[in-house]
Amino acid sequence: MSLASAPPKTAGPALKVVYKSQTKPTWCPGCGDYGVVASVERAVASLQIPPHEVMVVSGIGCSSNLPHFLSSYGFHGLHGRAMPVAEGARLANHGMHVIVTGGDGDGWGIGLGHALHAMRRNLDLTYVVMDNEIYGLTTGQASPTSTLGQKTKSTPLGVIEEPVNPIALALAAGATYVARGFSGDPKHLSDLIAGGLKHRGFALVDVFSPCVTYNHLNTFDFFRQRVYKLENAGHDTGDLVKAFARAQEFGPKIPTGLFYRVDRPTYEDLEPALKAGPLLHQRAGIRGKDKVLDEFI
Amino acid sequence: MKDISLRAGGAAGDGIASVGEVFCRLFSRNGFYVFGHNGYQSVIRGGHVWFQARAGHDRVWSQGDGCDILYALDRATVEVHARALREGGVIVYDPEKFQVPSELVPAGTKAFPVPTLEFARKFSPQAILQNAAGMGACAALAGVPLATLDQVLTDQFRKKKDILEQNLGASKLGYEHAQREMGAIGRALPMKGGASKLLLSGNQAIALGAASAGLKFLAQYPMTPATSIMHWLADHAVDFDILVKQAEDELAAINMAIGASYAGVRAMTATSGGGFSLMVEALGLAGMTETPLVVVEAQRSGPSTGLPTKTEQGDLNMMLGASQGEFPRVILAPGSASAAFRATRRSFELAEEFQTPVLLATDLFLSEDLHSVDREELPLDYDPPSLFQVPEPTDGSNGYKRYLLTPSGVSPRAIPGQKGLNFVAGSDEHDESGHLISDVNAGIPMFIELRKKMMEKRMRKLQGIVQATAPPKLEGPAKAEVTLVGWGSTALAVRDAMRLLEERGIAVNYLNVEQPYPLHTEPIARMLKEAKRPVLVEQNFSGQLGRLIRAETGIDLPVKLLKYDGEPLYPWEIVGKVLEVSGRVAS
Repeated sequence: MSLASAPPKTAGPALKVVYKSQTKPTWCPGCGDYGVVASVERAVASLQIPPHEVMVVSGIGCSSNLPHFLSSYGFHGLHGRAMPVAEGARLANHGMHVIVTGGDGDGWGIGLGHALHAMRRNLDLTYVVMDNEIYGLTTGQASPTSTLGQKTKSTPLGVIEEPVNPIALALAAGATYVARGFSGDPKHLSDLIAGGLKHRGFALVDVFSPCVTYNHLNTFDFFRQRVYKLENAGHDTGDLVKAFARAQEFGPKIPTGLFYRVDRPTYEDLEPALKAGPLLHQRAGIRGKDKVLDEFI
Repeated sequence: MKDISLRAGGAAGDGIASVGEVFCRLFSRNGFYVFGHNGYQSVIRGGHVWFQARAGHDRVWSQGDGCDILYALDRATVEVHARALREGGVIVYDPEKFQVPSELVPAGTKAFPVPTLEFARKFSPQAILQNAAGMGACAALAGVPLATLDQVLTDQFRKKKDILEQNLGASKLGYEHAQREMGAIGRALPMKGGASKLLLSGNQAIALGAASAGLKFLAQYPMTPATSIMHWLADHAVDFDILVKQAEDELAAINMAIGASYAGVRAMTATSGGGFSLMVEALGLAGMTETPLVVVEAQRSGPSTGLPTKTEQGDLNMMLGASQGEFPRVILAPGSASAAFRATRRSFELAEEFQTPVLLATDLFLSEDLHSVDREELPLDYDPPSLFQVPEPTDGSNGYKRYLLTPSGVSPRAIPGQKGLNFVAGSDEHDESGHLISDVNAGIPMFIELRKKMMEKRMRKLQGIVQATAPPKLEGPAKAEVTLVGWGSTALAVRDAMRLLEERGIAVNYLNVEQPYPLHTEPIARMLKEAKRPVLVEQNFSGQLGRLIRAETGIDLPVKLLKYDGEPLYPWEIVGKVLEVSGRVAS
């Protein structure tokens, strides 16, 4: 068996890394998610990570089909439960790069609890959320990030709940790399994803990825008119308070880019069982067999 | 059969469980077989808790019936438990705390005052030290040498020299007082000698079995009575290189275990019925993605929160039907601590060989109570085999099929990280390569046929599992007046009852169903057809195993002993039922 055994984040001779899957995406023509899958491909290729050293884990929803459209290892799990599968997989073999993908319903609705706990653990995962502010696969109900007042099939008179603020939540939960991209700017987005992959610790890249079928409010044009780049605005990515302040901006100007980054020990760094390398490669069974039973005397 | 039982009772916080464990070790250190039952409540302080330690020269499988020495820390203990005293029994109490009115003392038993607090005060102002004096008195009454108690206490307080000295002092005074004023009771058994028995809970046996089977990853959320599996493995994680992850909830716990298993390590989660309810969707995920998984389901009294500290076997129906759709699963239900050790190891083998979830069903009684076993019953000399066939790494051009259609239904399993074998494990229906067929292909004739084939591939594993596993055994004599039928921990009280019946010349045997699913239908049907008077014994309201047996074999078991009051089965309840169905006593 030739299994990844060490985080292969070092630069080597340039590889021709092919991530294209033979499976064609089944998203609607014009869906924002095309830009996201292209950005993920570009990010891993730019880092020269071979496909067999990447696991992409997703939940359920339009965007969660993404692992099928890449040629890496993939796990397409249950609605809202991508994160714990990814955590288990990463802890079992932290020689692999683990990317978690999904939508706003999957991550900020049904799976929100898992996301927050993964962030505070600072596991070295890269979480790419395709946020279209709507439930697409179930044909257009309000999502946790739908705008106040937005009319959807489940809220014909308008949403009456304050939307979740993923960036502020991630900052509060202890994520150590917090970014927002826009699928209408795939070059910028792939840089943010690559940054997340290079970052040691939990990286969130929340992506405005418009649903062209069910969300007629948060369209490509809507975002194009509003987004600006934090790196062009003199934002200090080491300042948590300023990052919180930027996270509150969601009006005529909406920030994208890196909000916050900090170095903190990862869960993998602190977990004693991983000191000897990936669990997958450690010996299994009981050592010191004679003495083990003595405690039961 | 000859046995002796010591019972301690008081309020939560009085140290009853510690006293009970010491009572157990007084005997197991002298080569006796022991059973320790902890009767506790869902409170941390107060209420009423009790512990029974039962010992015998021969194997004692359960807490038995009645007790001989009752160490009462409060009057409530006397009120609740004095009636359980057998002829010649003694109530040990401290008159400084409360009085025992004569009407509470059953005929043929005695109340024996021991100034435990006074003895304790000679060494420490801490009232808890009275238990040392109390244990000393009880040890003398039970005919156990003081040296054994000293040794047990020395081991317990090895790291606390001051406290050890106080305990040794107080226990000696209690011991000498009882020896002087009362002496050993009539049921005291001669000391046996021989190797110490091991004393462990069912959960410890499971944790040990898992570690020896090569467990590398445990994800769990605390829930009685499964929690102590996590405690033991967390304590030994460094010794065995196991990663123990306390998850944020049971949804996360099972999904983490699935993720770890997908990545190639042996993984497990453990919970009780409530947590298992949350895990149900992911159980099907393991079935669909053909990911090996071991789930311990330690049952407790339901429904809902139920009686969190009381036992029941009410979750078989749920385990059989958990998760939407159909997929192969295995349910193992061991009937002793050493069987739990073996079944845990077997769970990992089956999960890995058949790439499907295995449920290890226990209950509070088996999981938490203390069982004594011989060392040989826990063979640790085991190299976890790799039971899955790993395909050769390729350049990706040979078209690796993770879900290849095979006669056995089991496909070669690649591990993420292997070059050229990339695949996606999907919760959607998928083709042999793992590509989903649920969206643009669903309902297209070719894929209708493929869906059918994938379903049949997975379900074929069940036949293999039946062939790979041993059919249940009939315990006891081949010919019997009554055949008891049960699963899981029921075996414990049944074995004690069978011995009591044997002493009365009544031959009874037991069909011990330790693998409720997939059921070994033919041998079970044959044994039941040959049984003279089958009696179903289960710890639930509706006879869930009986229903399964009827569904699978067409054989109805109309005579039932069903218990669902939260308390463990007592041997006398089974004896009574057998006497009734064999016409010896009127029903």
